[in-house]
Amino acid sequence: MSAEVAYKKIFGYPKSLKDVPTHYCPGCGHSIAHRLVAEALDEMNLREMTIGVPPVGCAVMAYNYFNFDMVEAPHGRALAVATGIKRVHPGKLVLTYQGDGDLAAIGTAETIHAGNRGERISTIFINNAIYGMTGGQMAPTTVLGQNATTTPGGRDKRRHGNPIDISRMLAVSDGVVYVERCALTSIKQIQKAKKAIKKSFQVQLDDLGYSLVELLSPCPTNWKMSPKEAWKWVNEAMVKTYPLGVIKDTTGYEDKK
Amino acid sequence: MAKKGKITINRERCKGCYLCIEVCPNGMIETEETPNKKGYLPARFRENIADGEKGCIACAQCAMVCPEVAIEVYRAK
Amino acid sequence: MPSEKMLMNGSHVVGEAAVRAGCRYYFGYPITPQNELPEYLSARMPEVGGTFIQGESEIASINMVIGASVAGARVMTSSSSPGVSLKQEGISYMAGMELPGVIINMMRGGPGLGNIAPSAADYFQATRGGAHGDYRTPVLAPAGCQELADLTSVAFELADKYRTPVMLLGDGLMGQVMEPVVFPDFIDVEALPKKDWILEGCKGREPRALFSMLLQDGALYKHNLELQEKFDRITANEIRWETKTQDSDDMIIVAYGTAARIAESAIEELKDENLHVGLFRPITLWPYPMAALRELAARVSKVAVFELCLGQMVEDVILSVGDRAEIHFYGLPGGKIPTPTDVADFIRSASRGDGKIGRRIEV
Repeated sequence: MSAEVAYKKIFGYPKSLKDVPTHYCPGCGHSIAHRLVAEALDEMNLREMTIGVPPVGCAVMAYNYFNFDMVEAPHGRALAVATGIKRVHPGKLVLTYQGDGDLAAIGTAETIHAGNRGERISTIFINNAIYGMTGGQMAPTTVLGQNATTTPGGRDKRRHGNPIDISRMLAVSDGVVYVERCALTSIKQIQKAKKAIKKSFQVQLDDLGYSLVELLSPCPTNWKMSPKEAWKWVNEAMVKTYPLGVIKDTTGYEDKK
Repeated sequence: MAKKGKITINRERCKGCYLCIEVCPNGMIETEETPNKKGYLPARFRENIADGEKGCIACAQCAMVCPEVAIEVYRAK
Repeated sequence: MPSEKMLMNGSHVVGEAAVRAGCRYYFGYPITPQNELPEYLSARMPEVGGTFIQGESEIASINMVIGASVAGARVMTSSSSPGVSLKQEGISYMAGMELPGVIINMMRGGPGLGNIAPSAADYFQATRGGAHGDYRTPVLAPAGCQELADLTSVAFELADKYRTPVMLLGDGLMGQVMEPVVFPDFIDVEALPKKDWILEGCKGREPRALFSMLLQDGALYKHNLELQEKFDRITANEIRWETKTQDSDDMIIVAYGTAARIAESAIEELKDENLHVGLFRPITLWPYPMAALRELAARVSKVAVFELCLGQMVEDVILSVGDRAEIHFYGLPGGKIPTPTDVADFIRSASRGDGKIGRRIEV
């Protein structure tokens, strides 16, 4: 006979996420990223002052999942829409949550210029090296040799161009004060990702400038892998093109371990 | 001996990605044989442990990797 | 209280009128012939505590308009023909999400990069959607600097009243000339009615989401019917036009904007000849004053259409007039502006029916 034990919940559903099932594929990084953003907003008590702009991509319906004000933007233009919102509501937290096509293909100009203007906006950049929503075409971040439906035989430098490193491009600008790349494919990286997201929000609250957190994200469906294999591919292959770590940090914050 | 921790898995929300099974250090999660409404075979917490098994230590790694936020973690007070 | 009379450049007039109408956010990109407008607002907005951003493109600018609009502000962008082409996607999204905003098009010659001369070849673009989907955009056509001032105010009112983008169609000539203007008094931005659909953080209420994608079965169908009902209300209540006619008129000339000013001078030239010509000047191009034109056409034998393009508004004239009167058309493309005498010659030719200048449209 075992004694009755009282348990305390130490991990539960975040308030900034609506309690509804998502349409994301099994093992998709979006759901983890959504949860991290929601936990960060909960822990920093920011939900009620947040306005978010989702992408056009698999997360186009993020307004069905996130429990704060959101507005759809035309493909790639989230950072221009966010700029308009932030200029009207400078005291609110404005974030964009974008995929690689939205941010680094069609939206490249809006991304670079929002960063360059030092807009006080936080961007969560989900990099899964493929176009998920439309069925697996090449993304600007598809790595060399990687298969996509528009790169049969694998991405080739001459035929398809090199993968783009938009985070490093952004880091060149003075208006961009914090850029970090994490992955969603290990416990350690997931924990780092959450810290990075909170830091990006803090940068905005402290009126320092533009910040971006890039999250390497598994896409089992379009990579034609199991979730376990997809994790392995990010941790062993994708990081060769997109190394993890802090890309820029002029915040002046001390690292809290 | 009472377990240090336990988890609940929302079986209707689980999509059978089994990342939780991958990261559990003590093998406390298994798969079900009966599909849920969406047709996935959900993950399930092993309530009963054998002698010598450490059991759930409420490390919450399963919940951290679960893309569906289907797992709640409890630690013994 | 209204301002004193001042002499001002047309593009500047739009900027000042917008500020007085409570607009505190402007996002735009330079393009001739309206550069004076962003330049004016880059200095004027900070004076009134407003925000000016020179966006990285016309596309970025219209999307910044979307952002400021969902945040609840009166907001404006401006461009000229090729730049307005770039804004079309954003305008469609504004129509779908029902967002207020004002878009100024100072038209120039096209298609493509065209030239920087005043042209009025964007009528189709403005009134026939311009972008994809079942939607209409109210379009206002001022005919000079005073109307640029007056109709800019009207544009902001209509935008808020109906939650719609509104386009103001000027041209390179209007944007460049200086004319005397009297401005209305400043609107108190704080006193504007509060909007209950905007995004400012969900404190004290449920979160809101604004979007135009409606995938569930029947949802987009229903939404479009609701939008159409709104467009019907705008058509019922907001048509504007001006007529300068007498009972003795046997012909009317239909023209808008700068073309109407030229037509007025042409009619003046013909005063002493035995030609009784009146002017019908649409001020809203959408909704077009079809009923008023139809009624007037029934009382004359000829309707002469004059445009600064190869014939776009003439199609709305045909829709309005049908075979109630003969329809004649005269227009020059590419920013070539006819003189009042040229237009008077067209009227004479139409009156004689000799087809020498302009042409008869068979209906």
